[in-house]
Parts: sequence; C-alpha cells; structure tokens
Amino acid sequence: MEVIPSLRPLLAILISGIAAILILLTGENRKNLREFWTLLASILKFFVVISMIPMVLSGKVMEFTLLTLSPGISFQFKVDAFGLLFATLASALWIATSFYSIGYMRGLQEPKQTRFYFCFALALHGAIGVAFASNLLTVFIFYEILTISTFPLVAHKETPEAIAGGRKYLTYLLTSATLILFAIVFTYSLTGTLDFVPGGFLENKGSNNILSLLFITFILGFGTKAALMPMHEWLPTAMVAPTPVSALLHAVAVVKAGVFCVLRVVFYVFGPKLLLDLNLGLLLAYFASFTILASGMLALAQDNLKKRLAFSTINSLAIIILGSALLSPSAITGGIFLIVGHGFMKITLFFVAGAIYVQTHKENVSELDGIGRAMPVTMGTFAIGAMGIAGIPPSVGFISKWYLGLGVLEAHETIFLFALIGNALLSIAYFFPIIYRSFFKVAKAPLHAGIQEASMFMVIPAALCAVLSLCLGITPNAFVRFFEMALIATKQILKLG
Amino acid sequence: MMIGFYAMIGKKNLVKKVIGMNIFQTSIILYFISIGSKKGATIPVVAHGHAGPIQATQYINPIPHVLMLTAIVVMVSTFGVAMALIIMIYRKYHTIEEDEILKLRR
Amino acid sequence: MTTSSYPILIIVVPLMTSFLIPLVGWWRKHFCYPLMIAALSISTFSSVAILKEVIEQGTLHYYLGNWDPPWGIEYVFDHLNAFVAVIVSVISLLIGISSKSMVEKEFSQKATYFYCLFLLQVTGLLGIVVTGDAFNLYVFLEIASLAGYTLIAIGEDGAPFASFNYMLYGTVGACFYLLGVGYLYIVTGSLNMADLARLLPSLYHSKVVLIAFAFFIVGVAIKMALFPLHVWLPDAYTYAPSAVSSLVAPLTTKVGAYVTIRIMYTIFAPSFIKEMVPAATILSWVAASAILFGCILALAQTDLKRMLAYVLIAEVGYISLGIGLANKNALTGAILHIQNDALMMGSLFLVAGVLASKTGFRNIYQFKNLHKKMPITMAIFVVSALSVIGIPPTCGFFSKWYLLLGAIDEHQWFFVVVLLASSLIHAILFFRVIEIVYFSPSGEPKQDTEAVVKGLDEAPLSALIPMILLALGILLLGMLSGKIISVIIQFAIPKSL
Repeated sequence: MEVIPSLRPLLAILISGIAAILILLTGENRKNLREFWTLLASILKFFVVISMIPMVLSGKVMEFTLLTLSPGISFQFKVDAFGLLFATLASALWIATSFYSIGYMRGLQEPKQTRFYFCFALALHGAIGVAFASNLLTVFIFYEILTISTFPLVAHKETPEAIAGGRKYLTYLLTSATLILFAIVFTYSLTGTLDFVPGGFLENKGSNNILSLLFITFILGFGTKAALMPMHEWLPTAMVAPTPVSALLHAVAVVKAGVFCVLRVVFYVFGPKLLLDLNLGLLLAYFASFTILASGMLALAQDNLKKRLAFSTINSLAIIILGSALLSPSAITGGIFLIVGHGFMKITLFFVAGAIYVQTHKENVSELDGIGRAMPVTMGTFAIGAMGIAGIPPSVGFISKWYLGLGVLEAHETIFLFALIGNALLSIAYFFPIIYRSFFKVAKAPLHAGIQEASMFMVIPAALCAVLSLCLGITPNAFVRFFEMALIATKQILKLG
Repeated sequence: MMIGFYAMIGKKNLVKKVIGMNIFQTSIILYFISIGSKKGATIPVVAHGHAGPIQATQYINPIPHVLMLTAIVVMVSTFGVAMALIIMIYRKYHTIEEDEILKLRR
Repeated sequence: MTTSSYPILIIVVPLMTSFLIPLVGWWRKHFCYPLMIAALSISTFSSVAILKEVIEQGTLHYYLGNWDPPWGIEYVFDHLNAFVAVIVSVISLLIGISSKSMVEKEFSQKATYFYCLFLLQVTGLLGIVVTGDAFNLYVFLEIASLAGYTLIAIGEDGAPFASFNYMLYGTVGACFYLLGVGYLYIVTGSLNMADLARLLPSLYHSKVVLIAFAFFIVGVAIKMALFPLHVWLPDAYTYAPSAVSSLVAPLTTKVGAYVTIRIMYTIFAPSFIKEMVPAATILSWVAASAILFGCILALAQTDLKRMLAYVLIAEVGYISLGIGLANKNALTGAILHIQNDALMMGSLFLVAGVLASKTGFRNIYQFKNLHKKMPITMAIFVVSALSVIGIPPTCGFFSKWYLLLGAIDEHQWFFVVVLLASSLIHAILFFRVIEIVYFSPSGEPKQDTEAVVKGLDEAPLSALIPMILLALGILLLGMLSGKIISVIIQFAIPKSL
C-alpha cells in the first residue's frame, strides 16, 4: 500500500468545524445566511471527500499527521478504503439532511435553531474525524466530540422527556466511553502503539484471557454506540429528538460511527486471525444474532413510528456486526456494504416519518390509515425504503443480504442463516402493515382532510435517497463506487490484496 | 509544642487558640535555637583583637539564630493578622467563643 | 551562575511593587491597577524568558548576593521549576486583569490594599517555586499564606471566621515544615536543597531523617489540602471574595503539590520513598480517597463555589496520586495536571466569581437559562467542565491519560477504577449544572431576537478576555501536550524512574 501525505483529510474534517463556528456567529438574525453555511459546508465536504476516491481505489492511502500526542501515538489521519466509505456516506447524507432540516425546522417553527445547526455541524466534524482517524486515540477524541455535540440535539425540545432522554443518552455513552478509554490505555500499555493495522496488531501481545477480556471491554464500549444489545436502550429513547437528528445521526452518523469503530477494533486492532484463534468471532456473532432477533420482535411491538424505526436500526446494525463477526470474505464485504445501503434506506424512512409529523402531527403507526392516498409520493418512498431493509431485490439491501448469506456458508456456520432469514421475515412483518394500511385502508374518522405532501425541502431528499438506494441495488458501483471500496477494504483486512 | 497544639484544637475561645498557636510556634523557635548550642561554647561574636584562626567548636552555631529571627518575625505578623481577624469576628458576631459562632452561622 | 537578571526580577518586581502600591494609592487611587498589571507582566515575561533559557541550556542557578551555596541562598531553575513558575505567573496575570471589575463591585474602598496583598501573594507563590533553599521556601510559604489569610478575610459573611480557621491550620502546616527543615539541618548542616540531596542518602536509615520526612509531608499536605487535611478549604474558598478565590484556588494548592514533588523527588530520592519508607504507597492510597471523597461530596453541594472547592480537593487527589504512583508516566501526568488544573480551576472559579458579582447567583438552581444573559461566560464554563470530566480534545483528558497509564504500569487496578469512576461522577456534577443553564424549559415557544439581545448582560471585558484566553488554553494546550511533555516535562522527571 502506497502512502501519500495529503492535506485533504484534515481539510474535510475542518470544513464542518469552521462552518460550526460561522453558524454560531451568524446566529438567529440572518437565518438564510446561517442555512447557507450549512449547505455550503456539506457540499464542499462531500466534494473534498470524493476527490480522494480515485486514489484510494487505485490502492493508495492518504495520510496526514498533525501532532505527536504521546510517544508512539500521533494525532494522525489516514484515508483508507474503509474510512473513505464511511466518510462518503456521512458527507453525502449530510447534504440531504441539511435540505431536509431546513424544511422540517421551519415547518414546525422550532426554537433554538442556531444551536441545532451548530451542533449538527460539530457532529459531522466528529463523524468524519472518526472515519479518517488512524489510531485508537484519535478515534476516541472524535468519538467524544460526537457524543458531546449530539447531546444538545437529543435534548433539543427541552421538554421533560427530552431532558430525561438526553440524560439517558449521556449516561450510556459516557459510561461506555469510560470503558473504551480503559481498553485503549490498556492496549497501549500492552503494545506501545495504537495505530490501526489491517489484520490487527494484537497478536501475541498478551495471554488469551487478557486479550479476550480486552476484546469484550472494547465491544461493550463501542457496542453501546452501535446499539448492540443489551446496551441499546438509549436509541429508542433518543427518538425524542427532532427527526433530522434521528435521521442523520441515529441512523447514519452516530450509530454508524459506533459500528465503524467496532469493525475497526475487530479488523484493524485484533484481526480476523486472532479472533478465529480465540473463538471470539463466534461469541460476537451470537450476540449479534440475539440482537437481530430480539430487536426485530421488539420492533413489532412499537406503535410509535420512530421507535419502530429505531428498533429496525438496531436490527440492521447487528446484521453488520454479524457480518464482520463471521470473518469470511463475503460476509465482511456484505457487512461493510450494508453500512452504506442501510444508511440510504434508513434515512429515507426517517425522512418520511418526519414529513408525516410536520404535516399531520401524528407519530403512531395506528394513526396512519389512509395517509398514503393523501401523501402518495411520501409513502411511496417509504415503501421503497422498507423494501430495501427487508432485503427485497432490486434494492441495495438485497445485495448485502446476498453477500452475507454467502459469507455464512463460507464460514461454515449455517445456524446464522436462520438469523438472517428470521430477520427478513420480521422486517416484512413490521413494515408491511404500515404500507398496507396507509394505502389501502380507509381512516375511521376523516383524519386526513386537506393533508398534502410535505414541503419540497423534505420530499425531495427523501425521494432522492430512495431512488439512490434502488440505483445502488442495481449497480452497486454507481457514482462513487461504494462496492469497490468495500471490496478493497475486505482485501486489505484479510491481507489478500 | 503539644501544649500549644492542644490549645489550638481543644479550646473554644478564639483568643486562647491564638495563644496556643503562639506557644506552638515559640516552641519550634526554641527547638531550633537549642540545636545551635554546643558544650562549653560561647556566643558567636569574635572578641576584639582575637588573633589567629577561629575554632568553630568554641562558638555556638549562629545560623539557627539567624533563621529564627526570620521565624520570629513571621510569628509576630501571624499574630497580628490573627488579632485583626478576631476583632473582625467580634464585630460581626459579638462573641469569640467558637461554638457560639458556629451556632450563629447556621 | 547565570548572568541574566530575570531570576531575581521575577521575585523582586512584584515584591517592591506591592510596597509601592499603598503609597501610590494614597496619592492617586486609579494608578494601582495598572501598576499591578505592569508588575505581573514583568514577572510573566521573566518567567517565560527563564523557561526558554532552561530549555536551551539546562538548569540555571542564581546566587543571591553572590554568596556561593550552600552558605548563601540560591535560586535554582530546572525544568519543573521554570514550568511551574510560568504557570503561576501567567495565571496570576490573567486573574489580576480580571479582578478589576469584581473588586470595584465588592469592596472598592479597599481596592488599594487588595492590589497590594494580591501582589504579595503572587510574590510568595513565585518565591516558593523558584527557591533552591529549604528555609527560604518556609519564608515565602508564610508570605503567601499570610497574604492569603488576609485576602480571604475581605469576603462576605463567614469569611473572617473561615480565614481564622485557615490560619490555624496553615500555621500548623508551615510550622511542621519548619520542624522538618530543622531536623534535616541537625543531621546535615545544610539548608540548600541540592546539597541536602547529596548529603542525605547516607543518612536514610536514621530516625531523624524519617521524622523530618514525615513532618515535611504532613505540613505540605495541610497546605495542599490533601484529604483528610483539607477541612479548611471548602469554607475558605467559598466565603472568599470572587477576585480572591479565582487567584488562590488554582495556584496555592498546585504550588503545594510542587513542593511535595520537590521533597519527595529532589531532596529525598525516589528510592527512599519507594523502598525505604512506603511513603509513595501511602500517598497514593490517601490520594485515591481524596479523589473519591472530593467527587462524592461535591455532588451534595448546591452552592457553585462550594461544589468547585470539593472538585478542587479531588483534583489535588489526582496530582497526589500521580506523585504517589512514582513511575514515569504517572509523574508526567501529575506535572501535566498541575498545568491543566491551574487552567481549569482558574477559569471555573473565574466564571463562578463573575456570576456571583454580576448576578448575585450562588446556588446552581438559580442558573436557569443563564446562557441567554451571559452566553460567552457559560460557554467557557462548558469548555472547562469538559476538561475536568476529561473529554478530549481538552487538556484534562491528556493528564488523565498519563495518570491511567501510570496506574496500569503499576498494575494498580483499584486506582484505574477510581480514576475512571471519578470522571463519570464529575460528568454528573457538571452536566447537572449545564442542564439547568441550557435546557431549562423557558416557557416561551418562539425565540424573539430582540428579547434575546436586550437580555444580554455579559461579563465585563476585563473579566471576559482572561476567561476566553484560559478557555482557549484549555482547548489548545491539550493538543500540544505531546510537545510540552517532550520539551519540558520529560526532563523534570528524575532519571531513576
């Protein structure tokens, strides 16, 4: 792998940091200017990120070292295929969410919008930082920036439930951060380095017991942000946040950062070989499968639409982790690609939920009868997204599920196939009624008189994401070549390339 | 020294505490001075017209004396500050018994 | 001996100016403040120049009155010294600048004497840091303490009594230190620190030296407010006037910690405290209880300043834990924490002081929605709070990192747990306040821009600029920790560790 020093990773991260400060200074008085900063930053960031794709696809890695933090650890960014995949996803979806937020926040006339956009920009700063971090300490720094900047977003509405939700959010995430910190410091004292190495660097550095304990600590820590059970409880509670927050952060940025870090630990700190030897891969796979099935069942029981989507997210995240835990080439590729696919699909679903809320102030599935006929485009996009999550071709979800299935067979652990199939059935079970009722059932009372489609700011991003998820399903390498990045990452991890 | 320490802790009257503090500090000063003494030595002043090299064992060590001059100054200034504080406290609470002051503060 | 005169300027200028100020004040009152700032600036400049020289050339010696040591008094500047001197002078300068508004508000007729005592206090603190003679240290210790007692007594309500208590404790502490010096003088005949270090090793088995050590440590522990000798601190710092607590709080205890390091590592060698006497072990256990005790008691407080006083006790615990663990990483963490804690506590107490002086609010439950009135001040509070909790990239994280490493190196898992748990308790502590400030339901549904602007009642500029500088320091010095360690702190640690 050729390493090229480049300023671009730093630039990509800084853009939203600077935007955050500009937003804060612009304030409430010049709303359009403030929104302009957000949009400009998101578009610029996206372009800087994708400008790095050609080089990464040809096998090179870009690096930028800022400072030395400690002997053996520097504050360093490295852009490899895996990191670039996540960064591209996050920055692309930020553009969509920025448009969407404008429609949503203005539609509901939410207070404290400056704080909202400020924290949002900071959160993206954190997310891209996590994507490009080259060692555990840099990852931790940006991980914490993510936690702190998203806290005001969760408690945004300032109602008692919002504040309680914010508290729970902080409790879970800060406690897990403590565990992560311990694991990181311990890793440093074992090996003297924290740099991510494809295939891991912890082999032969400690006894099997210590390494297993370390792995479990890491998973408990990062797994909290990845909403792995039993640390998942913060996610449904965080649905009290405004929908753009739930959409980007809790379907894409925050939880994906958690999954991303779990995968970094699994592949770049421990490595497939070490995990196979210690049988930890299997342990993780069991945990993930449990989460898949339990969350699927819990999703069925939720009436609040956003909470149902939250459990569906927990579901999909666990599938990604299952893919990585299987440690076989197709499973790894499928898991990594699902990060992208799920991002597009889930954000579509959340966008729709928010649009419904703005137009009708309804949050529960039982109240959605007949709304499809009043808002056909909106519900149509919902249907496409739901199809994807369930894994029905030709959406992008199907490709990931296919590769995951192949991966299960490669790893000779057929039992997980049941988890995957069970998950598909459950997804259909908790999404299909929504679609059916909204289009085909007539409302009991004339609830939907005069409801029209939500504003263009909201509908277009939703529709666009849905269409993109279909495109990616048909040609996974469309536009920015996500699938190829996933393949390159897999090869690097398994040292096959 | 211990008498002074006891007075500082055990007595309730603020002035008695300050007296205890004084005893405490004085005892340390005495201790230092006693360090400098030597058997059969005289005060550290060279006699007028003394010829030849000076025998160190014939004069007591002047350094502790010097150090204690400084310490005495410190003790006096501490005492002054303590008195000023007691006057302020008395003006406010009209008593200088510690337990009564604590009751008034609650 | 060094030929530059900076070493003596750093002490003489504040000392002489403090004598000048009452005279100048009698003549023209408003010259006192600029005079004080000028003196503090010269001190700061000298200390920075000294640090630069020490980094380039190594340890500096300055003989007072041209008398060679060990007969004369010498000022020694090694890396540790120079570093702490810079910290003390910079923080005093910043606090000095900010004291103007608070002094004017609270006791303007005594302002002259305040400035005079302020400078005396700073002289004392700087003298403790720069001297290389054990008895000289006692003199400066008493200068600083006496000035401190008087300054604290200017405050409101319970201040004279709190100061009286402080005086009793402090005098006992200083006298114990003096006793220690006396015992060492009996057996070695020298008062010079370097000389003592040379002469003592052959005497380590003697009971006199042991007792001297015990007296030293207990005396300095009283001054440093190490649990369980901390009792004077909460009352003294709570009732002190705003300008005073923001000076005294960050500095006095840190200078006390510096003296502990000098005693344990310079005068007595590390081998003494680790092998001959289990002093290091005892100190680390006491420190751990200080941390826990400070955190937990802070939770019970509703007065902001009292809460910060208990947090300060916990911070002293951190530094002592680093000193007590007695290995390279832990000591690095302790020295780095001296710097970080001075910054954090300085800005926190300054915020508390500004709040008390501007709004009269002391109880945290009165802080509802304060961010509308004083947005910058509260933002600085948030940054400092994040640093105390130990969230990257603020500086507090990095000292905690080293302390954790040090604890893991010694396989002291209990201390690791204490360090991590205390971060969480700090998080609860500060987020409780942040929640009240930022997220209290305001009762107004829409944000009215004019109402926001009219309600703005930010702190005066003379207090605001130092606070902003401190907050910037917290953010930036964190990232520069690596540089600071490699250039300065690395050389401050005894070679044998």
